[in-house]
Amino acid sequence: MTGVQINISNKTFPATRDAAARHVIANLNLSIASGEFICLVGPSGCGKTSLLNIIADLDQQFDGEIRLGQHQDNPQIGYVFQNPRLLPWRTVRENIELALPSQQSPDIIESLLQSMNLLDVQHVYPERLSLGMSRRVAIVRAFAIDPDILLMDEPFVSLDPPTARQVRALLIKLWSQRPHSILFVTHDLREAITLADRLIFLSASPMTVVSEIPVPIARAQRDDDAAIEQFRNQLISNYPEISSLL
Amino acid sequence: MQVRQILTRPRTLACLSLLLLIGIWQLLATILQSNVLPTPFVVTGVLWQEIATGQLPYHLGVTLLRLSVSFSIAMLLGCALGIALGRQQNLDHFFDNWLIIFLNIPALVTIILCYVWMGLVETAAITAVVINKLPNVIVTIREGARALDKDLMEMAQCYHFDKRKTLIHVIWPQLHPYVMGAARSGIALIWKIVLVVELLGRSNGMGYQLNLFFQLFDVASILAYTIAFVATIQLIEIFILKPLDRKALRWRR
Repeated sequence: MTGVQINISNKTFPATRDAAARHVIANLNLSIASGEFICLVGPSGCGKTSLLNIIADLDQQFDGEIRLGQHQDNPQIGYVFQNPRLLPWRTVRENIELALPSQQSPDIIESLLQSMNLLDVQHVYPERLSLGMSRRVAIVRAFAIDPDILLMDEPFVSLDPPTARQVRALLIKLWSQRPHSILFVTHDLREAITLADRLIFLSASPMTVVSEIPVPIARAQRDDDAAIEQFRNQLISNYPEISSLL
Repeated sequence: MQVRQILTRPRTLACLSLLLLIGIWQLLATILQSNVLPTPFVVTGVLWQEIATGQLPYHLGVTLLRLSVSFSIAMLLGCALGIALGRQQNLDHFFDNWLIIFLNIPALVTIILCYVWMGLVETAAITAVVINKLPNVIVTIREGARALDKDLMEMAQCYHFDKRKTLIHVIWPQLHPYVMGAARSGIALIWKIVLVVELLGRSNGMGYQLNLFFQLFDVASILAYTIAFVATIQLIEIFILKPLDRKALRWRR
């Protein structure tokens, strides 16, 4: 695995009959090291999802360049969308198998499902799963393809706090076994500190990088709510511009 | 309480309504005492006789064959064109007028023109039926293709689904209700058109026989053939369409 380089000089949504043109991203440069976990923190509607869609090649209307890992011609991108986007007419296992590249063996699925406590529901249709379980399936699908980068767009939003905490812990467990580069979007600073190696704060309209701050708390101590809270308060007091972005 | 429960079961209600219909028919036939409306008993006798002589199975078989060939062509072509028009806006704008024109041409005009241009041959009969049904299938499937879930299409694109995988696993399951709607309305419409096609230019089939009975003023035979055909269509619904529906929708809660 190699790192990821993102340089976007401009992204503008053209004017429509009902809305004027919107300048979404300006001069955004990011580099992500191999196996690094980065959290993008910014206000709602600032263009974080637009950025992920550009990286995932779902949006090609922008000025700039994205360099993704070793598979430059056909990069593997795992995308965990806000809504799990599982095919309701395929079982959990089939949803994951369908995402696998043709040359990849499905043997990996079993262990990934095991890591996310989903082995019992592998032959169940998504409609019968809770939202938390569906999110975990979407995470397994993204990990299963052995991605050059993993994009996660507020994957724990609308989960109740205990479930979100449980899924966050499972995500970290999975990531420590398979350390892919992750770009995780959130507007929850506590969540970002719990998960990330490095925090990147983004401004709105147009979106650009305001600050990049490494998280100094050791992974083993991330369960300590007091340590997380202390670093959060420290960030807000040291970087006043951050509080306006939350 | 138990009797009430049995009486309110859907199957019991369906049987009761059928018995009521036969009862009304028997009552009217008894009051009229005319060849114009024979009793259910007389019609059943004719039906049995026609089956025994092999006439009804032969003509019913010929009509069913025409129905299945024209239905298959109309559904296959209609699905392919409907998906193409639903997914390609420019193509849709270009062919929209054609669809409106073909939707509004009366079935009789298409049938007459096909016979005039191609002669009184089987190909003309099948072509006429296909041309009549095709626009309806295209319009229904086009609506389905327009309503495809954008989120799932993006997911398929992001995970590099090829065209075949996208069609089978993402597009087709979403189109299923539209395809079943087009199939059901298709069978109902096509068999009526097939009868007109047979009446105007074929020497066998249900339409041909019905024309013969009309000229002989044989209402009992007309009703016997109608009952046989409606029963066959019901069997197609029960043994083919409904199981297909159940299989495709087994993922629903």
